[in-house]
Amino acid sequence: MRRTLVTLRVNGEERSAEVDVRRTLADFLRDDLGLTGTHLGCEHGVCGACTVLLDGASIRSCLLLAVQAEGAEVLTVEGLARDAELHPLQQAFWDEHALQCGFCTPGFLLTAVELLRETADPSEEDIRAAIGGNLCRCTGYVNVVAAIRRAAGAEG
Amino acid sequence: MKVLAGGQSLVPMLAFRLLRPSVLVDLNRIPELAGIRELEDGGLEVGAMTRTHELEVSPAVAERWPLAREAAPLIGHRQIRNRGTVGGSIAHADPAAELPAVAVASGATLAVQGPAGVRDIPAAEFFTGVFTTALGPGELLTAIRIPRPPAGLGTAFSEVSRRLGDFALAGAAAAVVLDGDVCVDASLVLIGVDATPVAIPAAGDLLRGTSVTVEDAARVGEEARALVEPGSDQHATADYRRELAAVVARRALLAATATSYRVRPG
Repeated sequence: MRRTLVTLRVNGEERSAEVDVRRTLADFLRDDLGLTGTHLGCEHGVCGACTVLLDGASIRSCLLLAVQAEGAEVLTVEGLARDAELHPLQQAFWDEHALQCGFCTPGFLLTAVELLRETADPSEEDIRAAIGGNLCRCTGYVNVVAAIRRAAGAEG
Repeated sequence: MKVLAGGQSLVPMLAFRLLRPSVLVDLNRIPELAGIRELEDGGLEVGAMTRTHELEVSPAVAERWPLAREAAPLIGHRQIRNRGTVGGSIAHADPAAELPAVAVASGATLAVQGPAGVRDIPAAEFFTGVFTTALGPGELLTAIRIPRPPAGLGTAFSEVSRRLGDFALAGAAAAVVLDGDVCVDASLVLIGVDATPVAIPAAGDLLRGTSVTVEDAARVGEEARALVEPGSDQHATADYRRELAAVVARRALLAATATSYRVRPG
């Protein structure tokens, strides 16, 4: 079992830990860095609960080895709010009741961050295509789409 | 030993313990394997480690490999396309993957490097079975070369899946070359209906000299239906895939023809 030191920036802060080379980024964030906002739904890349931004791009953190993130910038759900102030997307999810159990929510939020950065005024079709990789068992997605529309309007 | 490209197919297999390589070689920090290069002869060279998402946004791909740009949004989801690679998808050779059919329909050449040196493999000869390619032991796919698109080329990709981003139950990559109103060449390659992408020679044979009407395209669809030998699984029966083969073939050929008109200069 080989171990190595992984150093990267997470939510703007340099973080470092020695891990088994087989450790996924998802497990590294949760167990080595204590950032448990990134969730494990399927651990094989189909549910999107583990979505984070890696150098700005949304990825499935259960499909990346932690060592591959060496030197990268990672944004997790913990990096969205500023102290007590929710990110506009988080506020919109709250206002539109776009979460129930909340398990899928961090993944949706990071996916939506990428979408709104690239498309200022996404249509419903744009939004549904963008969130296609995130599964929710509670909401039926309608309020999720409404929340992202609302946040797009707020930021525009 | 396995090489790790985008990891979007490989890492799930590791998670399921379907593969237990003793060594995993990460290709992600080899800059020579990435990049999209416009060739002097009007063609395009796409490094194997190019992310699938890059196909959606690259101006060079839009101009010189539009079929790949059309197929790319159908590949899984954005998160998969942000990491998954062009070379990885082609080397993995999933029977339902879009890029293998795109490579064959585009007449692509695959640049391969291995212990014995470098060689080129035509895409049409590359896919030999389910998850099986012509790559020998120790060989690595390094780049995909696309020939210069002919004048009058229109391309389209059509697939049917239960949800956006699901594996295609059946799909078709089509390229049609029109001279005025008349088709001078056509290629059609289907996915999800056999062990490998299936080229349908009837597309060229039946469409040359026609203006690719709905009836013309439907006739090619029927040839495609007769040619494919799909299996049944929990997603679709063989009969249903045969039916879909005819449908996606027709849709892709008609859409490719429309594109040929739409992208004409002037």
